[in-house]
Amino acid sequence: MSAVAETIETVSAVTEGGYKWGFETEIETELAPKGLSEETIRLISARKNEPEWLLAWRLKAFAAWQSMTEPGWARVTHPAIDYQAIHYYAAPKKPAPRNLSEVDPELLRTYEKLGIPLSEQAALAGVEGSRVAVDAVFDSVSVATTFRKTLARAGVIFCPISEAVREHPELVRRYLGSVVPPGDNFFAALNSAVFTDGSFVFVPKGVRCPMELSTYFRINARSTGQFERTLIIAEDGAYVSYLEGCTAPMRDENQLHAAVVELVALNEAEIKYSTVQNWYPGDAEGRGGIFNFVTKRGACRGRKSKISWTQVETGSAITWKYPSCILQGAESVGAFYSVALTNNFQQADTGTKMLHLGPDTKSTIVSKGISAGRSNNTYRGLVRIMPRAARARNFTQCDSLLIGDRCGAHTVPYIESRNATARIEHEATTSKIAEDQLFYCRSRGLSEEDSVNLIVNGFCREVLKELPMEFAVEAQKLLALSLEGSVG
Amino acid sequence: MALLEIRGLAAEVEGKPILRGVDLSLPEGEVHAIMGPNGSGKSTLAYVLAGREGYHVSAGSVRFDGEDLLAMDPEARAAAGLFLAFQYPVELPGVGNANFLRTALNAVRRARAEPEIDAMKFLKEARAALKRLSMSEEMLKRNVNVGFSGGEKKRNEIFQMALLRPRLAILDETDSGLDIDALKIVANGVNALRGEKFSALVITHYQRLLDHIVPDKVHVLSEGRIVRSGGPELALSLEESGYAGLVAEAAA
Amino acid sequence: MSATLRETGENFSARYHGLAPRLPGPPDLRRRAADWFDRHGLPDTRDESWRFTSLRPLAGIVFSRAEDQDDTAPSLLARLPPTEAPLLVFTQGRMRADLSRFPAGGRAGISVASFANEPSFGNVPDSETEPLSALNTMLAEDGARIAVAPSADGGTLVLLHLASGNAEHPPAFHPRHQIRLGAGARLTLIEIALGTSIYLHNPLTEVVLAEQAELLHLRLQDESAAAFHLGSLHVALGPGSAYESVALVRGARLARSELTAAIVGEGARFALHAAQILGGEQLADITTVVRHLAPGASSRQSIRNVLTERAHGVFQGRIAVDRIAQKTDGYQMNKALLLSEEAQINSKPELEIFADDVKCSHGATVGALDPNQLFYLQSRGVPKAEARAILVAAFLGEMLEAIPHSWGRSVLEGAVQSWWKDRPV
Ligand SMILES: Nc1ncnc2c1ncn2[C@@H]1O[C@H](COP(=O)(O)OP(=O)(O)O)[C@@H](O)[C@H]1O
Ligand SMILES: [Mg+2]
Repeated sequence: MSAVAETIETVSAVTEGGYKWGFETEIETELAPKGLSEETIRLISARKNEPEWLLAWRLKAFAAWQSMTEPGWARVTHPAIDYQAIHYYAAPKKPAPRNLSEVDPELLRTYEKLGIPLSEQAALAGVEGSRVAVDAVFDSVSVATTFRKTLARAGVIFCPISEAVREHPELVRRYLGSVVPPGDNFFAALNSAVFTDGSFVFVPKGVRCPMELSTYFRINARSTGQFERTLIIAEDGAYVSYLEGCTAPMRDENQLHAAVVELVALNEAEIKYSTVQNWYPGDAEGRGGIFNFVTKRGACRGRKSKISWTQVETGSAITWKYPSCILQGAESVGAFYSVALTNNFQQADTGTKMLHLGPDTKSTIVSKGISAGRSNNTYRGLVRIMPRAARARNFTQCDSLLIGDRCGAHTVPYIESRNATARIEHEATTSKIAEDQLFYCRSRGLSEEDSVNLIVNGFCREVLKELPMEFAVEAQKLLALSLEGSVG
Repeated sequence: MALLEIRGLAAEVEGKPILRGVDLSLPEGEVHAIMGPNGSGKSTLAYVLAGREGYHVSAGSVRFDGEDLLAMDPEARAAAGLFLAFQYPVELPGVGNANFLRTALNAVRRARAEPEIDAMKFLKEARAALKRLSMSEEMLKRNVNVGFSGGEKKRNEIFQMALLRPRLAILDETDSGLDIDALKIVANGVNALRGEKFSALVITHYQRLLDHIVPDKVHVLSEGRIVRSGGPELALSLEESGYAGLVAEAAA
Repeated sequence: MSATLRETGENFSARYHGLAPRLPGPPDLRRRAADWFDRHGLPDTRDESWRFTSLRPLAGIVFSRAEDQDDTAPSLLARLPPTEAPLLVFTQGRMRADLSRFPAGGRAGISVASFANEPSFGNVPDSETEPLSALNTMLAEDGARIAVAPSADGGTLVLLHLASGNAEHPPAFHPRHQIRLGAGARLTLIEIALGTSIYLHNPLTEVVLAEQAELLHLRLQDESAAAFHLGSLHVALGPGSAYESVALVRGARLARSELTAAIVGEGARFALHAAQILGGEQLADITTVVRHLAPGASSRQSIRNVLTERAHGVFQGRIAVDRIAQKTDGYQMNKALLLSEEAQINSKPELEIFADDVKCSHGATVGALDPNQLFYLQSRGVPKAEARAILVAAFLGEMLEAIPHSWGRSVLEGAVQSWWKDRPV
């Protein structure tokens, strides 16, 4: 028996319980009745005291959604989603807190358990220099946003998007839907109709955001979907690094998560967007888990704008997501760094689109896929060079690693060039963990499980190094944990 | 009983017999050299002792400190104090040398029920070891063996050995391809560990290394058997007359 | 989709329904193909495997059954360097015994028959449910049936496809060829397609290699610049067999060359070296699927595109590795040189892998000629146009020089050279 096969066997015994974040919080929740209709949308809009224009915007998106069908091109299969069996609004019953001391202690405990300190003192007591401002979104609402004053002094707005709609309507109105139009695709249309909360970030001209911003999403209530919407704007010369994390309780049912993220970078602005996606992946038999259908897109609108997406995707039963960059401004730069790990019955179809519109635009794609168990892991990416994108450059590296012989690894790049001065390079490889590497590590005393983790982490290094320090460490542990039951 | 007792060891690779009955006894605290022509099975012996997959033991036994070595996983052998310096060290892309070594060191310590060593203390020890071996600290930051020159790879093996402090080190042609200065570094690395609690099997082609690591005994391996054993002078006579005479003698 | 492309499809269906009783061979498969075709017609760009290649230029054209003999054949033949090798000549998709030089059967162990006389659809997977194959299955009337006996060396055989089109009543022909090599047999097959004016050439070729058989397959597609070429090639590889192909695409206004390889035998070797050299308004598409269905086999694909003027090159290539195909070694490289502002390339190299102990990789590059190299040549006194020609020749050279057949090599090299001559840069 090969070493890998042996470990697969030994460790599959301990598959269950690998997901540490599977607990449920007992908290009184207000739920909208199940189902999706104009009424539901009016209710969401009313709960959030939204202006008329936004309600109209939502209803228009809803109309578009009704005329659309789920996209079928991704390499994922799932039972039909009953859109009428979902609660589109779920919120803790207590009235919205005005400051941290008013946040329900049960919620604070929940976030503590997840390792996200919502008290600023706790955050400050952490490692020097690792101050992170957090927006915590629990089911449909934002429950707390930390460090708002510090950020405000720098001129940075970081708040729940529902609040931004009230406090900064001109900004929201100007940018919302400008990158991902409400009718962009089936799931984006759904999100536009029913989005409940999410984060809003605005970094004004010339400001370097003084700390990392982070949103932590948690699905808690049963039979709900989460439809958050994030909008980040960096004006000329601004810089911001934003992180998002997410978890959900372990449940037998599948829950739908359909988010939209829009980024706008103006002249010489830079946005770094990092995700550690750890929604509940379902159990070892493929029961339960989140269906994660996400539209993320950034527009480099100015000269030398820069947007980079870094993602570590270990969770969800199904992942369908293609964080993209529209490279409009001359010399703008897009990057996509991704680790996607699937185990058991997980299915991931993820990648990116780099649309080169402007001259001298550059993009880099580094994708590392790891498939284990009976999972399927697909990289799907598009690099498109338009006629005016003179001297555009793209470099793509996609590597896949297979662990065990019941999983699949797939690579589907689309490469299109309409400009002779552009240069595109694409490389992809698929292999298994090399036996000699495994033996070398074990001969130094590492268990097979640790050896595999070490080699997998090495395989992902190029991507992990793009993450902010604290996240990189978390991501490494997460990879090891997610591999449990396949090798270690 | 000796630290390492190899009795009638036969092993095959892909159905092809390579070792055909090796007997060897290595008492604790001694250093033995194994010499022999290319393809005689020296590396095979080293891999079988370290537990590499694909090397099928068809007969014989190996006891390490009284325990059945062949029944152990490679990592258990490492924890028990066995260390193999590879003839061709393996590259681990993306895996930092420092991280790798600390993980290995702690795994071995855990297995021996010793406390784990923290990052600061590890760094201190690693730096000290590097200094003793006249190696640059740069080494710690690089990925394991990736982009290392042949000599750097060999020295990295010795560096690992210095930190892991094995009871038995097997050096598989660690001297090949080294210039004289690097050779001295390797020899110093071994000699620094020499003592009652350290034993080694030094596989080499050349007398040159044995000038610096003087062995207690020398064995000659040919076609999967030890055909001759003797004192350090055996290595000298081999240097002069080559293996041909010996091999013929054994065949007779 | 535009009704006119549908009409073109309907016109093929109608032709089938009119001809059905007179078409050679067993009717069942044809009927199934026709049923499928009636329902689906010609594909449009909403079909994932046709997203880059639009058949719109076919819209509105009423293709008629190729009616017979024409006499441009001798002038087309004259375009080729002379050869002594056995020659099978097809005009308008029909075998022409009068123009052919059949191989001396017994000695070489090679036998040749025609589909018209001995119809057989062979064993082509999905040949009634893939658009190009279904069209062929439905309407095939003739073709070459070539067999090499076990252990025999079939030597060299040239298969010539000559076509004379017609601008008012463009003909369409759908020859069905079958090449079978017995265990340990060998053959060098050189296929050349030439033509004039407007027509549609829709060949389907089945290649079956038994254990340890070896086929060297050289192909030149040099159809008329106004013609349409929609061809599919299906190769089945038995244990230890080897298929090696060098293919050059330079003709047709719209061309699609599909290649499906099914590696069903352990340790088989598949190699494709293809180039598309395109100018004007040409669109040419190479679509390959290499399925590894047995362990220990290797596949190599190297595809090069040289695109100038408003040409559009498409390459789609999939390597699919089945769960049992352990130790597969799969490789694919697609390179494109864009020589003009308006040229474009679409490339979709795909890996679909279900076995863990494999080594598969693909690569793609798109770019212009390296300005440093150009400058280097110019600084040594080579005029720019010539320098470009030298670099393009070098880009294709590797593939052509390696052709282990001198007449075949001279045909392909000649095609590249004359292409370049017609195209002052
Ligand atoms: N993985 C392998 N597969 C097949 N043969 C092997 C393999 N490894 C070693 N051998 C063969 O075993 C014999 C001994 O090799 P080795 O132990 O490397 O010799 P040495 O180290 O003494 O030069 C050689 O004939 C070699 O070809
Ligand atoms: Mg050796």
